[in-house]
Amino acid sequence: MIGTTTSVERRNRTTSGDDMQVVRSSGRKPDRTQGVANLPEWARRRADLLLSMIVPAVVLVGVFAGVSISAPVGLVLCWLILFLTSYAVLSWRHEGVLAMKDRLATVAVWVGGIIALAPLLWILDVVFQRGVPVIAADFPHFLVSNLTQAGPSDPVTKAGVGNAIIGTLEECGLATVISVPIALLTAIYLDEASRGDETRAGRAHAHMAGLIRMIIDAMNGIPSIIAALVVYLVWVAPHGVNGYSGAAAAGALTIMMLPVVTRTFEENLRIVPGSLREASLALGAPQWRTMIGVIIPTARAGLISGAILGVARAVGETAPTLFTAHGNPALNVNPFHGAQGNLALDIYLLVFSPADNAVREAWGAAAVLVLLVGLLFAIARFIGTSSASRRSKRRRWAGSAAHRFQLGRQPHSSDTGGR
Amino acid sequence: MTATDSYASRVPALDRDLGRSPVQRRNGPDRIFRAVVLAGGLVLLGGSLFIVGFLCDRGFSALRHSGLHIITSATWAPDAVPPNYGLLGDLVGSALIALLSLLVAVPIGVGTALLINEYAPGRIRRSLVGLVDLLATVPGVVFGLWGLVALSDHTDSTAAWLATYAKFIPIFRDPDHRYGQSIFVCGLVVGIMVLPVVASISRDVMSQAPRDVCEAALALGGTRWGYITDVILPFARSGIIGATLIGFGRAIGETIAVVLILAPTNTLTHDLLGPVGGSIADLIATLFTSSSPATENALTLGGVLLLLATFLVSGSSRIVLNRQARRAGAR
Repeated sequence: MIGTTTSVERRNRTTSGDDMQVVRSSGRKPDRTQGVANLPEWARRRADLLLSMIVPAVVLVGVFAGVSISAPVGLVLCWLILFLTSYAVLSWRHEGVLAMKDRLATVAVWVGGIIALAPLLWILDVVFQRGVPVIAADFPHFLVSNLTQAGPSDPVTKAGVGNAIIGTLEECGLATVISVPIALLTAIYLDEASRGDETRAGRAHAHMAGLIRMIIDAMNGIPSIIAALVVYLVWVAPHGVNGYSGAAAAGALTIMMLPVVTRTFEENLRIVPGSLREASLALGAPQWRTMIGVIIPTARAGLISGAILGVARAVGETAPTLFTAHGNPALNVNPFHGAQGNLALDIYLLVFSPADNAVREAWGAAAVLVLLVGLLFAIARFIGTSSASRRSKRRRWAGSAAHRFQLGRQPHSSDTGGR
Repeated sequence: MTATDSYASRVPALDRDLGRSPVQRRNGPDRIFRAVVLAGGLVLLGGSLFIVGFLCDRGFSALRHSGLHIITSATWAPDAVPPNYGLLGDLVGSALIALLSLLVAVPIGVGTALLINEYAPGRIRRSLVGLVDLLATVPGVVFGLWGLVALSDHTDSTAAWLATYAKFIPIFRDPDHRYGQSIFVCGLVVGIMVLPVVASISRDVMSQAPRDVCEAALALGGTRWGYITDVILPFARSGIIGATLIGFGRAIGETIAVVLILAPTNTLTHDLLGPVGGSIADLIATLFTSSSPATENALTLGGVLLLLATFLVSGSSRIVLNRQARRAGAR
């Protein structure tokens, strides 16, 4: 697939003039604009693009400079409309209708990509611009102290999110400890059952695996607030005021993590080459030794990075901790008793807090959270790609979106079962 | 393993496991192994069924108590006498936010997928993939904070600008609209949140489109946009629909960003730009802990409806994506 993509691209680069030639000859004749037509093909196209970019910009600034440039968003939108119109007209007159559509689509796709990624850069910029000074002021203080030391009108340097960091780490750690073993066992079951043979038991297990997979897919999409709701109704509410605890939050986070991690694990077990499994079984190793000694070690990098991605997702979740950990301005190290802080939850609570500097503290906490999630993401990617050099072909399977978002089953890359 | 079966029929059965396929062996350790992994699967299955069953039980008790009124009424007044639990306003609000977010996420997501697959040169492509993945990891609460604090500066000025220069369009006329805490901004932010999901799935599906046909189209003098509309998009149609459904499921359940951005009034509204409206997830998040058992049950019913909506959406996306996978496999 990659090979053919690049060959199309190479073709585009070398022959883009030629294929336009065909289009143009079937469209309008280029000789209407004598002055521009004397230019070479590529220069005329650049000229069209630049002209239609610059002229509307100059016009808009000219019109609105005297009045107001209060709303950059509105101005940019106006510019975009004018730019697209003039570019469409120019390329239509020079190159014909088909080429015009192609040009417009190219611009639209690039603009779409920029619109998609601009929020990311904007968010990161805002978070670090406003958050890092809060962390940096009186440096480790913000990371180690907690909010009880700060009165409502105290400066940011008095506040801290140390309690929330510890809470997040404990809750996510507990959730990982619960969900990773269950996810691994389930993934092994799903993998083994889908390789079963055509006996009655084998087919029954395959059906069972299908059922479990269906349930996992359904649970994978559940809204995070539902996880909090369930844990609250089942565990927290019957215990009254003492019900809130880090462990309850860990339970809700487990509900969010389990389906994701299970599907990642299953995909990673699936891509282990069948020849390894067959070789091990043929040497007389029992099924369990094949799994523990051959398949899991082979899939190790993918399993670890999948687990870390699950943790990264849990760290960023707020809603599951809402009525479970409940938030606590003081430090509570014991996750099994009493309300506990959580980094993401703290941001939410700080925004609605009446204290003077609460929103600034929220930005500080957001910077810590983004750094933590980014760190986990980077570690997972590093582990994932360091094994990619060894097994580049197989990693492409594992890295596909279907696996990342746990969708659609891909066919066995190498089927070892008896079918 | 038919080969081993026929082999087994020819050797004397010295060991009762001889000739059985590895999955069928009956020796001790392997039986324990299979039992343990099956137990893992059953824990997951049972837990999930328990969650759904428990929620349905609690939610439907509210439905039994106050009848269908709870879904058809738009008045949320739990403190009134008699209390009125109308979820309609929030149900509509959830759906509006999700639909608006799809208006953002689907065109831009598919465009980003096309950009990565067809337009961007190699080096840019790799960093684009990384950036889209990174966008997926930004926590929802950070999106909410950004939408509430940073984005609202721009929405305010844009609202004033539109009210001045675009008066001729009725919806922009109201000078008091500031957009900041509106359903529209919620839809925008949630749209950016589900964009990576839509982009990744459609990119995956589109990359399986037949390259030879694309190259043939180019060789015959077609344009790039020509083969995209005539080959890639028709091929990936099911996949894009599946991606849209998944995105809808994500968007309708999005909680924390909506809670932060929206000024909840829990009323039925068609005003997308003003600070009114509500969503089910938002209602549950803000009201749940401080409520009476009856309110709790009504909110749980809202949760059950949300859950059913996501199940419906993920089920149908599954069907559509399977169809796409079959088509890709058939090639």
